[in-house]
Amino acid sequence: MITHPKTEELAEAVAAWIDQIRPALDPRNAFLARVAANAMATIGRELTKGPAAEAAAVAAMAGVLGHDGSYADLNAELCGRIRSGALSAATPGLLPALRIMALDQLAIDQPNYRHEGS
Amino acid sequence: MTLDVPEALSRLAQRLGGAGARLAEAGRLSGGASMETWAFAIEGAGQREDLILRRRSAPFDPENARSISLATEAALIRATGARGAPVPQVRHVCDDADGLGEAYVMGRVGGETLGKRIVSDPRFDAVRGALARQCGEVLAQIHATPPPPGLALKTVDGAGELDRYEEVYRSVGAGRPVLELAFQYLRRHVPDPVEPTLLHGDFRNGNLMFDPQKGLVAVLDWELSHIGDPAEDMGWICTNSWRFGRPDRPVGGFGDYADLLAGYAAGGGRPVELARVRFWQMLGSLRWGVMCLTMYKSWANGTERSVERPMIGRRVSETEADLVVLLEQGL
Repeated sequence: MITHPKTEELAEAVAAWIDQIRPALDPRNAFLARVAANAMATIGRELTKGPAAEAAAVAAMAGVLGHDGSYADLNAELCGRIRSGALSAATPGLLPALRIMALDQLAIDQPNYRHEGS
Repeated sequence: MTLDVPEALSRLAQRLGGAGARLAEAGRLSGGASMETWAFAIEGAGQREDLILRRRSAPFDPENARSISLATEAALIRATGARGAPVPQVRHVCDDADGLGEAYVMGRVGGETLGKRIVSDPRFDAVRGALARQCGEVLAQIHATPPPPGLALKTVDGAGELDRYEEVYRSVGAGRPVLELAFQYLRRHVPDPVEPTLLHGDFRNGNLMFDPQKGLVAVLDWELSHIGDPAEDMGWICTNSWRFGRPDRPVGGFGDYADLLAGYAAGGGRPVELARVRFWQMLGSLRWGVMCLTMYKSWANGTERSVERPMIGRRVSETEADLVVLLEQGL
């Protein structure tokens, strides 16, 4: 992949352009344009923070499940073992792992959201 | 079918205001895909009346809809208002002659509904500390209202809600470990059955109108009203997604649990334990998470292609962050 311009820089440029034309739009489209600019910002954050967040999630899930694997496989197994009742809130290490995964994803999706307990 | 609402309102002005009355203004305030709100005014005989029209702009399916008909909404507003709850005055329920479809007209109440302003605007500093208690008192009035006969309100309980939302979650096909754990935990902590009452069903900061001096002046948006556990309404206003950046103030971002519960008891409500409220609060975060997933699904399956839908889908992680902390804390 080329590095200049980086993908996140393209997202940033599009978001800036949307913000630039927003004042001229009717109220409904101005609102949707703001949502679209936010989507570009989310894409930018996922490009920059996503790889580290996924690696942390893989490590956290592998720690709970006791073996390595891909993100998709570990996530599916974790869901299945919670659903079956094999893992619960009382399982040592489960909530700390889920905390890492949830907060990393929140930092990508909505970095300004003040979550419960913050 | 598009309808010329201002033209229909002109005719309605004569019906409501009598001969010589006319429409003084009409403007659309807001609206989603299926519901419209219009502000309008009638002038006649030297008097002016400021009104709100609420009308459904897409077909209503009473079999599958979660929401109630607008006529039912109007009946509930009248019934709870008669018990002293602060609600708008229902002025007129529209019929075929009005040509507005399913709709009703209510008096316009002045005040603020934007949750962010209520939790952070200095105009509300003086009254903010009283709001949680007021919410408790008003919920007691709503819950004490006998549902008017013949309205076909749905009855729900904790276990039934978990079934319903889990079915929706499974249908989306998303694998979200935090939501899985929240379902499991809540199923193991379903509270004992309680005498069901009339509920508002969407009692949260954003659907309540506040005045900087008087506090809570109108309970709005009754479309999700149903019968159930009184703590459901109390838990929903404590759900962090409706605290607008103030997680330290659990009731709506403006108050504390103790004030909500004290207001509820002072208003004549049967005392509710905090753990019961926290159950419904956690279920509230889970419910909002699942609703965000269904917003995404409606985009993915082509039902509604607005960019807003997948972005709301990205709000699932806010509920996961809240749920992880609630799971750590316990009820």
